[in-house]
Amino acid sequence: MTTANPELPEVDTSAADEAQPLLPAPSVYGDRLFRWLTAGMACTLIVLIGLIGWELWHGSEAARHQFGFKFLTSSQWNPVEENFGALPFIFGTLVSSLIALIIAVPLSIGTAVYLTEMAPLWIRQPLISLIEMLAAIPSVILGLWGIFVMVPFLRDGPYQWLEDTFGEHVGLFAGPVYGVGMLSGGIIIAVMILPIITSVSREILRSVPNLQREGAYALGATRWEVTRIAVLSYAKKGLFGAVILGLGRALGETMAVTMVIGNRPEIAKSLLAPGYTLASVLANEFAEASGKLYVPALIEIGLVLFGVTIAVNLIAQLLLKSFGGNTPSRAS
Amino acid sequence: MTITAQNDKHSWRKFKSGLVSFICIACAVATVAPLALVFVHLLQEGFSAVNWDFFTKIPKPPGESGGGMANAIVGTFTLLVLASIIGIPIGVLGGVYLSEYGTRRVNWVLRFFADILNGVPSIVWGVVAYAAIVVVPPKGFSAYAGGAALGFMMVPLIMRTTEEVLLLVPNGYREAALALGISQWKTTLQIVVRSAMKGIVTGVLIALARISGETAPLLFTALGNSHWNRNLHDPIAALPLQIFNFAISPYEDQQHQAWAGALVLVTVAFLVNIFVRALTRGKAV
Repeated sequence: MTTANPELPEVDTSAADEAQPLLPAPSVYGDRLFRWLTAGMACTLIVLIGLIGWELWHGSEAARHQFGFKFLTSSQWNPVEENFGALPFIFGTLVSSLIALIIAVPLSIGTAVYLTEMAPLWIRQPLISLIEMLAAIPSVILGLWGIFVMVPFLRDGPYQWLEDTFGEHVGLFAGPVYGVGMLSGGIIIAVMILPIITSVSREILRSVPNLQREGAYALGATRWEVTRIAVLSYAKKGLFGAVILGLGRALGETMAVTMVIGNRPEIAKSLLAPGYTLASVLANEFAEASGKLYVPALIEIGLVLFGVTIAVNLIAQLLLKSFGGNTPSRAS
Repeated sequence: MTITAQNDKHSWRKFKSGLVSFICIACAVATVAPLALVFVHLLQEGFSAVNWDFFTKIPKPPGESGGGMANAIVGTFTLLVLASIIGIPIGVLGGVYLSEYGTRRVNWVLRFFADILNGVPSIVWGVVAYAAIVVVPPKGFSAYAGGAALGFMMVPLIMRTTEEVLLLVPNGYREAALALGISQWKTTLQIVVRSAMKGIVTGVLIALARISGETAPLLFTALGNSHWNRNLHDPIAALPLQIFNFAISPYEDQQHQAWAGALVLVTVAFLVNIFVRALTRGKAV
């Protein structure tokens, strides 16, 4: 200090050094310990990802060696002969998720647009609360409702009509009508992913700067034109992220789908025919599985499901983060 | 002529705008409709099946009427306690790290991992808990395995909410405490965490409400049990599991019980939500 500023008068600091401090100097060990403790806890996230990957990879070893790549392309699923291929489940997962997206995306983006651009203020909060409540309904309860209310209704009304009208000519709606099936599965997944797509889209639309809207209004645009030109096209990327996030949830949806999709490992052309998904085969067969290859084959299905959802979520998070995201900033 | 043409064009545009508004309202109604439908049926079917026996008796064998889900209700609470033992300390302390210590880049990575983990399907957590706990000696389905699967799911949920509420604590609090010569860890625990306690508790309750309805991770970890669980190394019943098993059962009596269980589960989840709302009325911190 003194050498750096030679012009300053030298101060005798020995008196201050000898004076007793009012409080004992805080120990650095407590700080270090606490810091490492919290850091360790935060790193659990990485450990957990590693744990999932390792357990699934390790657990499915026998099946991966036995079937190799054919596991993904074979449509045999025969626990008795221990011959396993996951194609019907992959097909079922993709088709049911696709149906869910076709239904849920327009509805949830429409709702998000209504919530941010059109709804009177007094309606917004209650509507948001209702959507949160829908998100809070456990999957198994939605499945219960699906079995006893939705499936009988669809079977006797709309499905019967679809089959009568198009069944003979359009393979997609060929009978027989069971009620449970791919379309029912897709509809129930749509209900499950509506809240998440809606709330993420709403966040995205809310983050569109108001200047955008004001500029468009000033040019004489109507409300729809403002929404289309200034809001939706600005938020395109973020909305796409919201949809992909919904797809990630759809792929992994388990209980409700298992209860209404029919659980038959077949690749059927008709949407009214029963199907099966990766998640539902795990839900139905895992607890009772035994044998050298059965459990590893099921774990490999878990591995496929994990791989696909991780990839989809990665894309969704990158899209949402690059749009600006909602990372909180420290309040000052 | 030109004026009427312009007027026509303008009214067409206005019409289009009105039409889109109408479509958006229809979308909002369609989004909320399932909630209303589920509720109507829950109340209709559930109320008639909920009675005193439901809360005090264990299930009767298939085909016999009567019985209840007392063991499943206790089982769900047991599993939530086990999950909390894993999820709350890791989640809260990890959140403290993210908010108080982490650098920008480290935080970005950790948040990213948390968001990815939140997207892992719950059934995959079940498979992982099975492979990590159930097949490891002492072998067997157990309450511990189910609790662990749920606990793992809680970690990223709680970590994110804890971080968010801690970031809302004004920096002045930290500076004032440090200026008084209080060490940083005491500042963090006694000033920062304490003043954000409400928000942290809210986050924990929301996480608990969310995992209380999870069925998939329990299917092959906790397995379910039609009797009381005497030992946490044994399979244990849980409300969502019982609802699932009874929903797909052919016996009408069990189906009624499933509706009753669903009503109880949803009611508890909503009571927690209302409680949380009352707790955070005003602000989170």
